[in-house]
Amino acid sequence: MRFDLPDAPPHAEALRGDLRTFLAEAGQGWTPETRARSWMGFDRDFSRQVGARGWIGMTWPAQYGGHERSGLERIVVLEEMLAAGAPVGAHWIGDRQSGPLILRLGTEEQRNRILPGIARGELAFCIGLSEPDAGSDLAALRTRADRTETGWKLNGRKIWTTFAHKSDYMIALVRTSPAPEGGSRHAGLSQFLVDLRLSGISIRPIRDLAGEDSFNEVTFDDVMLRADDLLGQEGAGWAQATSELAFERSGPDRYLSSYPALAAGIDALNAKPQPGAEVVIGRMVARLATLRGMSLSVGGMLERGESPMVEAALVKDAGNVFEQALPEHIRNLIDPSDSPDELRRMLAGLAQLAPTFSLRGGTREILRGIIARDMGLR
Amino acid sequence: MSELRGILTEQVDRLIGDGGGVSLLRDVEAGNWPAGLWAGLEAQGLALALVPEDAGGVGLPWGDAAAIWQVLGRHGAPAPIAETMLGAALLASGGIEVPEGPLGFAFARCAVPFGRHVPNLVVLEGNAVSLHVSGAFTTAENIGREPRDMVAPGRRIARGTLPNEFGPRAGLLGLALIRSALIAGALERILALTVDWANTRKQFGRAIGKFQAVQQQLAAMAGEVAAVSVAVSQAARAADAQGLAGAAFEIGCAKIVAGEAATMGAATAHQVFAAIGITEEHELHHFTRRLWSWREEGGTERLWAAEIGRAALARGGPNLWPDITARDVQGATA
Repeated sequence: MRFDLPDAPPHAEALRGDLRTFLAEAGQGWTPETRARSWMGFDRDFSRQVGARGWIGMTWPAQYGGHERSGLERIVVLEEMLAAGAPVGAHWIGDRQSGPLILRLGTEEQRNRILPGIARGELAFCIGLSEPDAGSDLAALRTRADRTETGWKLNGRKIWTTFAHKSDYMIALVRTSPAPEGGSRHAGLSQFLVDLRLSGISIRPIRDLAGEDSFNEVTFDDVMLRADDLLGQEGAGWAQATSELAFERSGPDRYLSSYPALAAGIDALNAKPQPGAEVVIGRMVARLATLRGMSLSVGGMLERGESPMVEAALVKDAGNVFEQALPEHIRNLIDPSDSPDELRRMLAGLAQLAPTFSLRGGTREILRGIIARDMGLR
Repeated sequence: MSELRGILTEQVDRLIGDGGGVSLLRDVEAGNWPAGLWAGLEAQGLALALVPEDAGGVGLPWGDAAAIWQVLGRHGAPAPIAETMLGAALLASGGIEVPEGPLGFAFARCAVPFGRHVPNLVVLEGNAVSLHVSGAFTTAENIGREPRDMVAPGRRIARGTLPNEFGPRAGLLGLALIRSALIAGALERILALTVDWANTRKQFGRAIGKFQAVQQQLAAMAGEVAAVSVAVSQAARAADAQGLAGAAFEIGCAKIVAGEAATMGAATAHQVFAAIGITEEHELHHFTRRLWSWREEGGTERLWAAEIGRAALARGGPNLWPDITARDVQGATA
């Protein structure tokens, strides 16, 4: 395992300045609940504004609507969005993983058809991985695509699909041939670019514990896909999907999810000082600064074209521990009855959202299993 | 990692590794001076590594020094070479010629590492740095059984003023960076020992490392070990960019994370090793006892957290994030 700290990209401070000005303006109407939901907030208008500023698809070639900036500049944008608690959900997945996957593995037609829309903040993506009987054991998935004369016929069910009911596309991992007898269960899987408007797709929102419709069950009933809806190579879906996770697992969204409560907590403590609070705050700030260094290190490695799978898993695990502990630390410092309304609502939102931090994008147990394997324990 | 840093750390690793390993740690804990190892370290010019070239030193950056200290920590730091490197840097920055031999390093009435063995003392008071002959001492040790003696400064040889980049807290900051780096190294060592043990020790018919309960603990420990290493790199890099005084935030962060990780790492290692790890005969405790000592030296987690937390509260919530990003080290502008 290796973590090398990158230098800040040139002009990062100017970029941060632009973002802060924009976010101060755009964020005037955000409620504490919105800010606590962070990248689980979905706001197409906001995403279009972000796209118009050139802050989505930042690293992609201009011919696909990108802006040819560096990966580290992109991280500057992500950090500022998350620190402000911006509702980035409508473009987050497309920018973070679906777009990069299409850019890397897609056909020219797919790139031209999809990427400019993501970069404009107009196309929203969801991730079709989990199924009723395939959660952490993803290779157990049963949704299948069978060849037809003109393409593929898709049947099966995806579940826990965040924002499927609000998205335009799903990148789905499905079985295209049976796992070979006695061979790897990872063989025979392929990824498809699924237009969610196609007939045969039904999307049923699943109400979450906070009373929100954030995730869904998506059923495919003889959905007819075109041959060029296949993404990447037939049968290589497992490798493609797991490489996608390196992008997904190490970003600032893995340690900043509850950050707005730290800033709000500091203000509340200044209004009503509590003995010993400075020690708790200091420990959190130290962890925050260190996690940021770890996450940026992985960002630097991705930028150099490396595949830091294990490092990314480690950042996500450590980051999730932090972002789950943060609201609890604040809560232990300030009695809810003493908290200003804004902080109380933020903490209430985070209490209900925080369990997902160590579930989405690979559970804590799966991540630690990846790390243990790398250490030679499995 | 730069090529030079790689070569340097490899040399130090080999030198200390050949110096006697755990038996040397036992020797040091018995109160003996590691004369052979010290001669090798001095012959390599390490004592003057942080002294600028124009003052007769090597002029290494803090980043290289921290990497060397991390390697030193992997071996349990059997000699006060880190303290000597820092003491020499402070003397040289005050315009004082650096004497040969190990340096005691004293500020704010702290115990002197290896004090009974050092012929000279670097004494810090505010911005003043002075070199003294060691005077009378009383011996004491920390729970790592490392010599931590009270040494009275004897005859003063020279006195100088520290430049601003070191500041009036150079002793505490330097020691915090040293102890954080040593903790990073010692944690790497006990993680490797523990993983090895988990793959060797069999219970219920299989290696205990095959049990998920053990795997999960060790993976969490690996996260802490990595965190300390990154925090130390950030601290050393900040010191290179802004001087020791300007890197107080990053050094404090490193000491907090190192202290917390030392606690967690030592506990996890002992849990996995179980009874054998508690025995005098086993090598584990030479590292865990040092970890428990080093988290106390150079400022505890509590001390640094109070400082960082007070500053964050004083600056207010809206400034926290901008203050953190404003400390980024800029690359060469394009």
